[in-house]
Amino acid sequence: MATEQYPKVYLYKRIVRAKLFIDGHWSEKIDLDNISDEAYFSKFHFIRLFKKIYGKTPHQYLIFVRIEQAMRLLSSGLPVVAVCYAVGFEELSSFSRLFKRMIGTNPSVYFQKQQDIKRQITDSPLALIPHCFAYQYGWLEK
Amino acid sequence: MITRLTHINIYVLDQDSALDFYTNKLGLKVIIDVPMSKDARWLTVGTTEQPGFEINLTLIHESLLHSRETAKTLRELVKKGTFGVGIFTCTDILATYEELKAKGVEFIKTPTKEFYGTEALFKDDSGNWFSLAQLN
Repeated sequence: MATEQYPKVYLYKRIVRAKLFIDGHWSEKIDLDNISDEAYFSKFHFIRLFKKIYGKTPHQYLIFVRIEQAMRLLSSGLPVVAVCYAVGFEELSSFSRLFKRMIGTNPSVYFQKQQDIKRQITDSPLALIPHCFAYQYGWLEK
Repeated sequence: MITRLTHINIYVLDQDSALDFYTNKLGLKVIIDVPMSKDARWLTVGTTEQPGFEINLTLIHESLLHSRETAKTLRELVKKGTFGVGIFTCTDILATYEELKAKGVEFIKTPTKEFYGTEALFKDDSGNWFSLAQLN
């Protein structure tokens, strides 16, 4: 059935449902067919509409979400290899390459930087806060 | 000459709940989360599209800034929806509206065409309201 026959809001709801499916299943082995099935679309119309709305193809968006989640997990202290598999990559080399392309640094460097920030939060938290605010909240007195 | 705005305060009733709302519902990222006392922390969020701009989710509590009475009044005003905090822009308002609605965000105005674009209004978990706009 041609997509033009659907009211616009109905189309939006289906594309949003597919986007939310990616948001909720990024760690699983999902491919485009799973995602377009979720939206009840033909693959062609699905990709075209998804890219029009989000500026990325569903595959590009899935990679984007996985790298974002990788940043979160690296910040939490999970080692690089564990993060690679946790976010759905099967090879460390492709994970590291994509991470560096999107974030501008290797996962291991990012991990180290986040651990340094965590140490600073524990050792000298006031160094991370504008002192005008810290003063007003009474945190400088402690 | 003023060049940029880097931080704004949003008064919230509960920082854990605000963190959940601004990250899991609105999709913003935590920039820094520093525990400062048993009740309050320095907690900022932002968008990946606008680096260098931090929204400080400030717990309303008694401090040098607010007496107990002021904090109580402020909490009541926030809860009542007194404060309109700002405008979030997006590239596709219908998609963003449908997504936020599906995540349980409360809208007080559905997307409506205005002379400058299309705009909706929503409330955060404390009661602060924002515009969500797709500008022309």
